[in-house]
Amino acid sequence: MDLTLSDEQRLLRESADRFVNETYTADHRRKIANDPLGFSAEIWKQFADLGWLALPIPEAHGGLGGGAIEIGILMEAFGRGLVSEPYVSTVVIGASLIAECGTEAQRQLLLPKIADGSLYLAFAHSERQARFDLADVRTMAKKTPDGWRLDGQKTAVLDGSAAGQIIVSARLDGGKLGLFMVPRDAPGIDSRDYPRLGGGRACNLDLNGVQLPADALLGDSSDVLPAIETVVDRAMAALGAEAVGIMQTLLDQTLEYTKIRKQFGRPLSANQVIRHRLADMAMQCDEARSMALRAALMADAEPVARSRAASGAKAKIGKCARFVAEQSVQLHGAMGVTEELDIGSYFKRLLAFDTLFGGSAYHYRRHAALGGRAVQA
Amino acid sequence: MDLTFNAEERAFEREVRNFIATNLTPEMKRATALTPSVFSEPDIGMAWQRALHRKGWGAPGWPVDHGGPDWTPAQRWIFETECARAGVPNVNVMGVKMVGPVIIGFGSPEQKNFYLPRILSGEDYWCQGYSEPGSGSDLASLKTRAVRDGDDYVINGTKIWTTHAHHANRMFALVRTNETERQQDGISFILIDMKTPGITTRPILTIGGDHEVNQVFFDDVRVPVANRVGEEGKGWTYGKYLLEFERGSGIASAKLRDALKTISDLAESEATGRAIDDPDIAVRMSEIEVDIDALEMTELRVLSALQTGQNPGAVSSLLKLRVSEIRQAVTRLGVDVIGNDGLYVEPMRPLYRLNEAPGIPEELLPVVPEYLNGRAYTIFGGSSEIQRDIVAKMVLGL
Repeated sequence: MDLTLSDEQRLLRESADRFVNETYTADHRRKIANDPLGFSAEIWKQFADLGWLALPIPEAHGGLGGGAIEIGILMEAFGRGLVSEPYVSTVVIGASLIAECGTEAQRQLLLPKIADGSLYLAFAHSERQARFDLADVRTMAKKTPDGWRLDGQKTAVLDGSAAGQIIVSARLDGGKLGLFMVPRDAPGIDSRDYPRLGGGRACNLDLNGVQLPADALLGDSSDVLPAIETVVDRAMAALGAEAVGIMQTLLDQTLEYTKIRKQFGRPLSANQVIRHRLADMAMQCDEARSMALRAALMADAEPVARSRAASGAKAKIGKCARFVAEQSVQLHGAMGVTEELDIGSYFKRLLAFDTLFGGSAYHYRRHAALGGRAVQA
Repeated sequence: MDLTFNAEERAFEREVRNFIATNLTPEMKRATALTPSVFSEPDIGMAWQRALHRKGWGAPGWPVDHGGPDWTPAQRWIFETECARAGVPNVNVMGVKMVGPVIIGFGSPEQKNFYLPRILSGEDYWCQGYSEPGSGSDLASLKTRAVRDGDDYVINGTKIWTTHAHHANRMFALVRTNETERQQDGISFILIDMKTPGITTRPILTIGGDHEVNQVFFDDVRVPVANRVGEEGKGWTYGKYLLEFERGSGIASAKLRDALKTISDLAESEATGRAIDDPDIAVRMSEIEVDIDALEMTELRVLSALQTGQNPGAVSSLLKLRVSEIRQAVTRLGVDVIGNDGLYVEPMRPLYRLNEAPGIPEELLPVVPEYLNGRAYTIFGGSSEIQRDIVAKMVLGL
């Protein structure tokens, strides 16, 4: 029973905090906002040099074998800086899917490229009719004499336009789910790229008869739904930690503002109604912090406990995030709804967080359903 | 980082489980389940205190030279968790958790020698004389006066919301010994024998139907000066020290989890027509369970900091707020789970010693009283409004 950081973890936190403070200034964010990539390739190289891209990759494949706690430490710092590099898509989700599902040859080929920064990945799974149900996939993969043919539509593919390869889920003959490594520029892919709420980019994909070689399938043809659930649970834990960093920044900035801003001859923070609101924000930041840590600590538990922890964290952090974000804008007054302050960017990233992989209502229902209660997840 | 306990701690966990299995009688367990308030009646609570004392576990938080068991924070956690899971009675917290630490911290050697063993053994039963009709959240404005007369103080005034004053043989009280410019500086901490002439106790019935709190009147009550703890005029400091214990005894999640499990079991039973099949009930159950998960994790973060000798920081002052709000959410869900049976009123107490079988399943009896009594959670020990003031000041530095 020990929840204190190890020396290595403390060092990781220090270096992440330092890097984010020095690099992710408001100027940097403004520059990146108009970048077609949505992030900086140069910074990605620095991530590689710092070892962050190798962090969760198994040591046997050139990684550092880190776990969800280490990812959480990085992600919290990323949240404070509103980092838009495709870390979750490439490392947290992409590398995990390859490690979980890939053949040994695929792992040998792909994982070192992730670690050295030469491969960006995206995960194309969500479909319009599915909302947040991970099992609802209509994209089809048909076996052809040369390999596979994919047809279907994917939505909200995070970082899809930057990715060298997109990991696409599709239903195989017989109904099992499979994952395919699809080059972004493969013929038959129609991609509609857009700037993403809260920073970074995403795209919607149409797959019209995309032809793939036989070895594009990750692993053998066994069902990958359990692996997708595992990896999405990990991604939610990581995003939860990122949300905690964002919430803490909003709280800090709002606290500072209410001390400086004077009305009726005294600072806003002299008013009890404001002080109590800030106390509630602090409390919800702390609850979110506890839930993110809990989801990380449970990341390798048995599936039901892991998924309940992940859904519980996603639901609770989402709820707390909305409160902290909305109150931050509220307490900044009219300035809070302008683009002239930073807080709007943080607000939007939290709104995106709450939506990604399903909002609070969805995850409370999933939590209940996984507990054996009769609700439709 | 890891959430698991080591081999020694797991062995201790087995020891606690064995102790509970041997000493917790079915009568105690049933009485505790059917007690709608925070406090067990003394016959039940003190029987458990005696069992704990025989084992040397009578006062888990005390230092070892005063009879504490010298547990690590992790052992405290395990003990409290196992007790909550098993549904053991509550002991006299006003003695073990409130006045005990103050006497240990600030009492004279004579006071320590006299009072501490009697708390451990359950011989003394304590009540707390803090609030007054005119002094609730603004406790420092209290007016009960203690005027020096030779070797005695003569006390006049009244205390209110005094839990179990009708059972207690002793009271610790904050009294005004001086009129000072700063109200806090004129307050002393004093130990009173409840049998002293001039003390009368009036019951106050609360909306849940329980007689738990009282008003206590002091009419020329003579208390030896030797019964004052520490220095005259320093009572506020001692009293605040105690309130810290009252607010953040640190381990509440296990009890809340047990309370939720009770409601969850009812919701899954035929007695409530399987309320759990209502998706709204099921989702609210999850919301509360998740809130308890968050609270538990915060408690574990504090525990882990203590365990490694670090200062947990201000986070513990957030706990009282959350604990009381979650407790109320659990009791509110309980009322919704039992549906029409919530209309049934049982005026007799205690609920585990009724003369006639009740008109609804026995286990449903405490649900509505628990909700009604539970409204007090966000009021006693410093209301939630006061707690938010404290968080703003101490956590946010405002």
